[in-house]
Amino acid sequence: MRGRIATRFAALKDAGRGGLVTFLTAGDPDADTGLKLLRGLADAGADLIELGMPFSDPMADGPVIQASSLRALGAGMTLAATLDQVARWRQENSETPLILMGYYNPIYSYGVARFEDALAAGVDGVIVVDLPPEEDEELCLPALDAGLDFIRLATPTTDEARLPTVMRHTAGFVYYVAIRGITGTAAAGHEEIGQAVARLKRHTELPVAVGFGLRTPEQVGAVGKIADAAVVGSALVQIIADHLDDDGRAKDGLVGAVLNQVRSLRRSLGTAEGSNL
Amino acid sequence: MARRLVYNAPMQKNSYRTGPDEQGHFGKFGGRFVAETLMPLILAVERAYDEAKQDPAYQAEMDDYLAHYVGRPSPLYHARRLSAHFGGAKIYFKRDELNHTGSHKINNCLGQILLARRMKKTRIIAETGAGQHGVAAATVCALFGLPCIVYMGAEDMERQRPNVFRMRLLGAEVRAVTSGTGTLKDAMNEALRDWVAHVEDTFYIIGTVAGPHPYPTMVRDFQSVIGEEVRVQMMAAEGRLPDSLVACIGGGSNAMGLFFPFLDETSVEITGVEAAGLGLKSGKHAASIAGGRPGVLHGNRTYLLQDDDGQILDAHSISAGLDYPGIGPEHAWLRDTGRVNYVSASDEEALEMFQLCSRIEGIIPALEPAHALAHVAKTAPGLPADHLLVMNMCGRGDKDVFSVADRLGVTL
Ligand SMILES: Cc1ncc(COP(=O)(O)O)c(C=O)c1O
Repeated sequence: MRGRIATRFAALKDAGRGGLVTFLTAGDPDADTGLKLLRGLADAGADLIELGMPFSDPMADGPVIQASSLRALGAGMTLAATLDQVARWRQENSETPLILMGYYNPIYSYGVARFEDALAAGVDGVIVVDLPPEEDEELCLPALDAGLDFIRLATPTTDEARLPTVMRHTAGFVYYVAIRGITGTAAAGHEEIGQAVARLKRHTELPVAVGFGLRTPEQVGAVGKIADAAVVGSALVQIIADHLDDDGRAKDGLVGAVLNQVRSLRRSLGTAEGSNL
Repeated sequence: MARRLVYNAPMQKNSYRTGPDEQGHFGKFGGRFVAETLMPLILAVERAYDEAKQDPAYQAEMDDYLAHYVGRPSPLYHARRLSAHFGGAKIYFKRDELNHTGSHKINNCLGQILLARRMKKTRIIAETGAGQHGVAAATVCALFGLPCIVYMGAEDMERQRPNVFRMRLLGAEVRAVTSGTGTLKDAMNEALRDWVAHVEDTFYIIGTVAGPHPYPTMVRDFQSVIGEEVRVQMMAAEGRLPDSLVACIGGGSNAMGLFFPFLDETSVEITGVEAAGLGLKSGKHAASIAGGRPGVLHGNRTYLLQDDDGQILDAHSISAGLDYPGIGPEHAWLRDTGRVNYVSASDEEALEMFQLCSRIEGIIPALEPAHALAHVAKTAPGLPADHLLVMNMCGRGDKDVFSVADRLGVTL
């Protein structure tokens, strides 16, 4: 049976447009608001949803996503609560692929064997930043066995010799990190991204999503033409940060503002009229 | 060419000195848990280090600087008054506090910067807690004319002010880290973030036996000069091996350096001392073995202070150099095998030893080895007079005088 991720990318291909992948941290700025956001994303136009598993030490993230992780943790978010939210959301949405993204320690602490719970909750794939192919025995192979796609990051430093290693146990799609750096920094050039995607395509049949540094509808629209999907994270998370009161609580309008931006990102990718793709 | 005092202990069957395996594992600990952006570079560091180890020219250059710049070998000193004070074991200090820059950290920085030069890297980054590693890194950068950026927690900058000024004098840029809790773990996160953004030209000099493979091994190898010298010096002084070794543990580099050459000598009892802060029960401590469980952080699996959800907890210690929620993976393995005994000492105990050692031996210890001394104070009285105990005096306390004065209510 084809999973949700493959089905969605096939539909995007038929519709002739690039997909929008949104990243938000689970439970940011608090569990309730986080769940409202999650519930609104698909209708606002997210084709795939990446949900960050908050971690105290997000080493590959810039200040914006670091802060979102700390907000979520401060509000009591845990991995178990994240899975719970996904399960609740999944009862309302059976089609949109959902991918958990984060760092290994919370999963290791939860227990790799127990992490099959994610599948039952309706998670389709995982991205774990600090698990390179050298550590595939840890989670990648058990996850693939269980039927979770293990989505790998490829970066500008992943050279030709290394690409086959990176692609070997990758499933779902390949996430191309367009910059040498952490999340939330400046975007790479359009041409450079195009070349990188072409290079990856020589090594894999899987769809390629491009992320890190994409902020504006213009950038997303442009990337949608040369890759299978564009990922936007920090720019959305920043809107959450901009809608907090002095005590760090969500102000009215937070959810609407984030979802509005999702809509305009999605519009930049074009819409096939009359279809929900 | 300067000769180093070294003793290469022969490998034995069932040796404790064969680790790590090719993937950088010590038993289940260690490994390479880093983002893909860093992975090619980590592999390149490993290759470069493997080549350097085989190259006599690299070793010779290192030996030359260790002898003439660092001032090795450091003395092995019989602390007579302190031995008499405790009334038991014969206590020796391995005096790495006499090294240039005032601690063992320079042994490692020298090895790594020579490697960085071989790899044609032109920019150096480092993290620091107490500032001793930052000072050592800034020093070797000045020595070789390379730009140096040191990440340091904002709180640590406050309590180790003298070292901040020293680093700046040495030409380094000290960047205050306010993310997280502004201590050593956050400084390490920030250094890793810098590295991810500058993989082409930058070498990251990690200050302890932590980080992704090959760092824990590389740093251990560079610090092993400590234990190798002790072996030769103790044979000269007493005609036999020591009976016990004691060292403090932040990440565990001075301890690994002292312990490693003795791991296969089963007659030698080995103890690492973690920081118990306000006490293990208080939850405000830095004892990752006593109070943590296995997890993954900063590139390796090891014992970590963490909550039920796998979120890393803040460490607490009066000593900025021990204020780290993890421990090197080889220590984690040595603990599980039972070869090394891990204990802890509190802020109060360390403060007391800081003063006692100053008064009785005329040596102002850093707060870090003052923790090791606190354990010596507890055990030495119960040991026979012919028990040879070696404690690693891995740093001097000049950097700590302001914060200790503060603690004692003295205004300078
Ligand atoms: C004098 C001294 N000793 C010990 C340490 C702790 O590090 P390690 O456990 O790696 O020796 C430090 C760290 O800054 C230090 O400055």
